[in-house]
Amino acid sequence: MPEQLAYTIEVFLNGLMAGVLYALVALGFVLIYKASGIFNYAQGVMALFAAMTLVGIQNGQVPFAHLINAIFGTDVHKFGWTVHSFLAILLTVIVMIALAWAVQKFVFKHLVGQEPIILFMATIGLAYFLEGVADLMWGSELKALNVCAADGVCLPQGLNMWIDETTFNAFGYGFFIDNLDIVASIVAAILVIGLVMFAQYTKQGRAMRAVADDHQAALSVGVSLNFIWVLVWSLAGFVALVAGIMWGAKSGVQFSLSLIALKALPVLMLGGFTSIPGAIVGGLIIGVGEKLFEFLIGAPFLGGATENWFAYMLALLFLVFRPQGLFGEKIIERV
Amino acid sequence: MTYKLGTLAVAGLMAASPVMADLVFPSLSYRTGPYAAGGIPFADGYADYFTMLNERDGGIGGVMTSVPECETAYNTEKGVECYESLKDSGGLVYQPLSTGITYQLIPKTTADGIPMHTMGYGRTSAANGEVFSHTFNYPANYWNGASGAINYLLAENGGDLNGKKISLVYHNSAYGKEPIRTLQELSKKHGFEFTEVPVDHPGQEQKSQWLQIRRDKPDYVIMYGWGVMNQVAVQEAANIRFPMENFIGIWWSGSENDVLAAGAAADGYKALTFHGVGSDFPVFDDIKTHVVDKGLAAGAGDQIGTVLYNRGLYAAMLAAEAAKTAQEIHGTPDITAAMMRDGMEALKITEEKMTELGLPNFGPTFDVSCSNHGGTGLVGVTQWDATAKEWTLISDFAPTDMDVIQPLIEEDSAAYAAENNIENNCG
Repeated sequence: MPEQLAYTIEVFLNGLMAGVLYALVALGFVLIYKASGIFNYAQGVMALFAAMTLVGIQNGQVPFAHLINAIFGTDVHKFGWTVHSFLAILLTVIVMIALAWAVQKFVFKHLVGQEPIILFMATIGLAYFLEGVADLMWGSELKALNVCAADGVCLPQGLNMWIDETTFNAFGYGFFIDNLDIVASIVAAILVIGLVMFAQYTKQGRAMRAVADDHQAALSVGVSLNFIWVLVWSLAGFVALVAGIMWGAKSGVQFSLSLIALKALPVLMLGGFTSIPGAIVGGLIIGVGEKLFEFLIGAPFLGGATENWFAYMLALLFLVFRPQGLFGEKIIERV
Repeated sequence: MTYKLGTLAVAGLMAASPVMADLVFPSLSYRTGPYAAGGIPFADGYADYFTMLNERDGGIGGVMTSVPECETAYNTEKGVECYESLKDSGGLVYQPLSTGITYQLIPKTTADGIPMHTMGYGRTSAANGEVFSHTFNYPANYWNGASGAINYLLAENGGDLNGKKISLVYHNSAYGKEPIRTLQELSKKHGFEFTEVPVDHPGQEQKSQWLQIRRDKPDYVIMYGWGVMNQVAVQEAANIRFPMENFIGIWWSGSENDVLAAGAAADGYKALTFHGVGSDFPVFDDIKTHVVDKGLAAGAGDQIGTVLYNRGLYAAMLAAEAAKTAQEIHGTPDITAAMMRDGMEALKITEEKMTELGLPNFGPTFDVSCSNHGGTGLVGVTQWDATAKEWTLISDFAPTDMDVIQPLIEEDSAAYAAENNIENNCG
């Protein structure tokens, strides 16, 4: 196989993998927008908060330790135990459900019927509030994230040797695929299948779809709007936790993790704000598109670092022809 | 009666004497936002050193110090606002801790007559005091860093880099682009092939860049990164099995934060430095006794000895020594910002002084002068031991190639002088 073709295929495959990671972030936005019409600016911070909570629980960190020590003059930082990854994930999910309940109870319950821009502004406030709470609760220092099933059986990272050797034997060039990206792809597939099945085959899922379709009609047949919104924010919190784990495993858990939301915006623009498959397909198109552009045009002719702006340009290009995104619902308003 | 008269006399004398205000060293810190993990230890080290001086020595020259903090969140606009809001506090020297804020403050601080110290960052050509009267960037700047890396690699390769490939992975910003010109010149001089690999802010996703490095197979990679870009780069380098001992970061890519996330995979990674690492220096005993044990530490006291804490402490020490020099020059303990500038310009850091301060061999020795605000530009190399979770200094603080750097400094500062109609300050 010609060297350039092999490189292109490698870049294409890595673009697909990167796209899956973008889609993981975008999924959280879609869930909330679809059910409530709210563009959740705080989704990136939710991923940060979830990942910080997970690491804090794993390491037996005392939440709000600095605050407690400042008020009571104590010097407590750790409980002195560590928590198994699976139990820590379960406890973090409970925290995210509690957060969803609090968000609904103290913020959005009071904003029902407000203009979308008001709801959007509320999520901006929520993002800053949550960032502050995360800081107070777990501290600002960088934390290494390691999710392990057992001793030594942790999230894998680095070159997948089997793919490297197989492709080398077949094409004379070993492709680089990151083990973590493979795991992220499997997790994303399970997550999407799970979400679709939940929406299709469970009572709560059907109620969620009913609210998304027409919340007033759903209310009239006895669906609790409050419950559904708590459910949706909880699901978005769970998706944020998964995204936080995958991204945090690469970079450690730190405040810049909230910026992963920037990677989701072009995906949403392209895939549509209301479609779960749209988030996945949009993520894949953005991932592949930006990586191939960087490889074929950006690095050789434009000095590189084109991915950020190219992703938005690609999304805009799609919007020109399909304003609602590839899978978004076409908005028809009677005049 | 005699006692009462004596008391009155003392009271009268005290009323007649000028009131000694604190010596103010403002801290433009960032304890929040995406770069908080780097900003917190620096701010803690800076504050703790002055607290130690207050507790141990009663301040500097008998005058207590204060360190008012203003949160910039590493944001240029907020940094400028912080400077403006703290200006009336009588700040003696500002440490903006950001190249972006530095560029905004150079004309402001010059106009206000307040010195600014940008240690290892900011505008590199500010080393030329003939043009930049109030900006100091001793003991080393970005271009010293680039040359220090190449000098280290020359030493590793028996003085010959001919035919070697060196890539620069850099933050695609004014900061990250700083070493490019120097490395281009050094590439011509030493015959190595130089390639540039930019990473867009914030650098959370770098797959394209590291696939490119995997294809190009450079012998060495130099990194000018900050924040999350560093952690991801170290992890991606490990992922493509790039040899860590051939990967060298600038000092802003060489803290514990940058390597801990990658775990054992980061073992052997190297970084440049202009100060010592670890806590095995007598000054830390004093920090513990006079600051931490008294519950006066700026943070939790758990950052002592980390790279960025040490850098903050080193910056504070240099500021304190410049203040002492200013007090000696002007014969008064109660100095102003203008006097502080004189102190900074006459600063001499010798090994005897460093030992006396409890920091033997902690940093390079250097002199500052009217024309040279950058010091001698000595740079050392550290290496990460993932098992012990500590950095080790593996080289001396060695000279950098001023034959290449000095003309670049003169060219850039001359352009600034022409744009701003600046006469030679030292003429």
